Amino acid sequence: MPEQLLFAMEVTLNGLMAGVLYALVALGFVLIFKASGIFNFAQGMLVVFAAMTLVGVQTGQIPFAHLINTIFGTKIHHFGWTVPTIIAIIVAGAAMVLVAWIIEKYILQHLIGQPDIILFMATIGMWYFMHGFAPLMWGSEVMKLDVGLAQGINETIDTTTYGWFGYGFFIDNLDIVAAIVAALLVTALVLFSQYTKQGRALRAVADDHSAALSVGISLRFIWVLVWSIAGFVALVAGIMWGSKSGVQISLAEVALKALPVLMLGGFTSIPGAIIGGLIIGVGEQLFEFAIGPLVGGATQAWFAYVLALVFLIFRPQGLFGEKIIERV
Amino acid sequence: MTTDMNADSYVTEDGRTIGPVVMDLKNITLRFGGVVAIKDISFNIREGEIRAIIGPNGAGKSSMLNVISGFYKPQEGEVWFRGSKRPQMKPYQVAQQGLARTFQNIALFEGMTVLDNIMTGRLNKMNANLFQQAIWKGKAEKEELENREACEKVIDFLEIQHIRKTPVGRLPYGLKKRVELARALAAEPSLLLLDEPMAGMNVEEKEDMSRFILDMNDEFGTTIALIEHDMGVVMDLSDRVVVMDYGKKIGDGTPDEVRNNQDVIDAYLGVSHD
Amino acid sequence: MFYREAGDFKTSYRDDNQTFPIRLDRAGYWIALFVAFCVIPFFVNDYWVNSIFAPFFIYAIAALGLNILTGYAGQVSLGTGGFMAVGAYACYKLMVAFPDVSIVFHVLIAGGITAAVGVAFGLPSLRIKGFYLAVATLAAQFFLVWLFNKVAWFYNYSASGQINAPERSVLGVVVTGPNTEAWAKYMICLVFLVVLAWVARNLTRGMTGRKWMGIRDMDIAAEIIGVNPLMAKMSAFAVSSFFVGVAGALFFAVYLGAAEAGESFGITKSFLVLFMIIIGGLGSIFGSFAGAAFMVLMPVILKNLLVGTLGWPTEIAAELEFIIVGGLIVIFLILEPHGLAQLWRLTKEKLRLWPFPH
Repeated sequence: MPEQLLFAMEVTLNGLMAGVLYALVALGFVLIFKASGIFNFAQGMLVVFAAMTLVGVQTGQIPFAHLINTIFGTKIHHFGWTVPTIIAIIVAGAAMVLVAWIIEKYILQHLIGQPDIILFMATIGMWYFMHGFAPLMWGSEVMKLDVGLAQGINETIDTTTYGWFGYGFFIDNLDIVAAIVAALLVTALVLFSQYTKQGRALRAVADDHSAALSVGISLRFIWVLVWSIAGFVALVAGIMWGSKSGVQISLAEVALKALPVLMLGGFTSIPGAIIGGLIIGVGEQLFEFAIGPLVGGATQAWFAYVLALVFLIFRPQGLFGEKIIERV
Repeated sequence: MTTDMNADSYVTEDGRTIGPVVMDLKNITLRFGGVVAIKDISFNIREGEIRAIIGPNGAGKSSMLNVISGFYKPQEGEVWFRGSKRPQMKPYQVAQQGLARTFQNIALFEGMTVLDNIMTGRLNKMNANLFQQAIWKGKAEKEELENREACEKVIDFLEIQHIRKTPVGRLPYGLKKRVELARALAAEPSLLLLDEPMAGMNVEEKEDMSRFILDMNDEFGTTIALIEHDMGVVMDLSDRVVVMDYGKKIGDGTPDEVRNNQDVIDAYLGVSHD
Repeated sequence: MFYREAGDFKTSYRDDNQTFPIRLDRAGYWIALFVAFCVIPFFVNDYWVNSIFAPFFIYAIAALGLNILTGYAGQVSLGTGGFMAVGAYACYKLMVAFPDVSIVFHVLIAGGITAAVGVAFGLPSLRIKGFYLAVATLAAQFFLVWLFNKVAWFYNYSASGQINAPERSVLGVVVTGPNTEAWAKYMICLVFLVVLAWVARNLTRGMTGRKWMGIRDMDIAAEIIGVNPLMAKMSAFAVSSFFVGVAGALFFAVYLGAAEAGESFGITKSFLVLFMIIIGGLGSIFGSFAGAAFMVLMPVILKNLLVGTLGWPTEIAAELEFIIVGGLIVIFLILEPHGLAQLWRLTKEKLRLWPFPH
């Protein structure tokens, strides 16, 4: 087999794995958008915040240490203990529920009935707020996240492919774990929304707010619930991304790529988010592999956005979105 | 002049002149996917008349109006305007031909003042380019002032002087309806389409609105096609009435003819449809 | 109690249409202009120009531009930073290629080029709306910044990848390069701002502005009453991008003197200008000024207070700035979606009735 083709196959596989991560972030967007019609620009920041909180709790960091030190002249930084991973994850999860509750109570409640675009801009404000709040709470250094996930090259795939093609594929174990976790997460979400009472309520709200209200579903509860789930999904995404490249605020900008993923997949479709994520993951890797060297490289910075833009011109509702019908 | 309604032009009982056909709809069929909203309907609108379209809910009246104003494109049939067949057109091109309309659910620009809303009705009368408008002094200002004067006439006519500079969002429903009418009227349309101009109004407001419609027709000679549910109003105002039911035309004629039409009576009083 | 229209009779539609219908406002406007042109230039020093006046004037131009697109025409854009970069790089290429032509023309042509690029990226707005469009404009942001970083032609193959403004003068006064005097910097920005604000006012009060607002408030109805959506949206993108391009050109040539696309015109810049118009007031000329002033002054004050007076690390000041700005955005959207401009209007309305409010 020609070498170029083998490289391309490897790139494609790695692209698929990267796509899974995009899809994980996108999933949080879709959940919120379906349930509340809010386009949550801050989802990427939730990912960062969740991951930072996890590391902070795990390593026993004192929140706002830097600020406290500055005001009181103290020199505190750590509690001096470490927290077992599983407990740290639970605490971080609880923190995300708290964030969801705060967002619902202090922001969304007051913006009910405003045009979508105002809500959208409010989430940009949230993005900015957390951009300052997260490092203020946990410091601005890159944090190392380690929850004991397998990392490094997968030897089995390497040797197997070497045996087949005479060339070993480099696939990171972490990517494989991420793919499995993502699959489990999606399955769990689907089961939850199909077979539980809350899940049904959630789908009802997604369909029609007023109708859901009229049959006695508490909109507030559903919104807190869905933002909590989105926060939990963000935590999972944060663990995956963080394990790979450390946790820092700039991760939020990478997570913005979930937006073109959604535009491609359609804002209301969970399968859309996943397939969109995979298309973009593979697309940008292959593009960089094939065209990148000719134009100076680093095309990942814009490829996803331009692809989504071009795609939208021809199909404004995305791959799986519901068709937009205009009426007078 | 004759009073024979089939002639090219004739004089009505109250002395208004009805001219030749302005808008002629021929065999219009409109489908949404599998649903047939309008089925093979033909009727015309003559210059200077008040033409009503009535029918039970879901009969396809608003769809008909949307076909006339170019928002929906019928799958079959032809629209003839002033003696020539209208090609495929965008809604704004239809407006440029001299059609103006109001909407069933008020479609005003909520962020603008009443005056600005009415001025938008004049947009086809103003043609200063972007550069001239950026400079303002000269053509743009002159045009603005001339058209302001035209709008003030409409404002006087509809008696809304006191709310001229109020943002539309703050107005009550009845006044909004009136402002919307003012915007359409400011365009000096050759055909004015009114989609339920009296929906949701109390008796007093309905009387006002009826007066405005009659005066418009009388003073400016505006041709009007309207959809309305209030039978009393329709029968009093209109010269001719089209009755629709389930997307089909079941009656067409003077109010008296329509009133005595058996199909129409059935549609309104309810007779099983098999 | 002198602040009212009573007694100030308007006898023509021209008078009725004027920008400041109240006599005291008119006086205030002329006084402000007089002070800005004839008093301040004699007193400004480098610190005031570099940390307050120049960024304020330039951001006000950018905010006017974005407000035309977002506040008046209702098309949210997150590509402002990218479009500013187009203005900056176009201006740079022109300055280097045609050293004999006045920089005023370079800046204007750079605005024109940005307008063309803006229209190209605005075309999708015909098919996609609302936040879909906002995300689509991110494509412009990321693509343009990448382009200026990667294609060496744009920065004339300089080793640092930066562009540096050569020295140019207007009417014999140096306005770009390291030898520019404070007042010259101040004046050139002020002149551009005043002229462009006047243009923005003219466009938004006339039929073009009404078409834009029609598209914003109810696009389908606007089309049915005769607004050509293609022309309305494209003119909004063109005019808006022109303003933003001019702002970018001035930002690079006059204010920074040197720029690098990713650093100077990144996505943070897009947010910054968007926040200016949200806080200042969507769909308001005054709001663009107020928002720009606020967003320029706030960090300066915060930094002076926390870092200068209290001796806190700049890092914390920067983080608090994010928190305050983000928080304010949310608060403004909740309490006063029309921003500072609306607060100002309400104050004026109260003042008009003062001291007898009933």
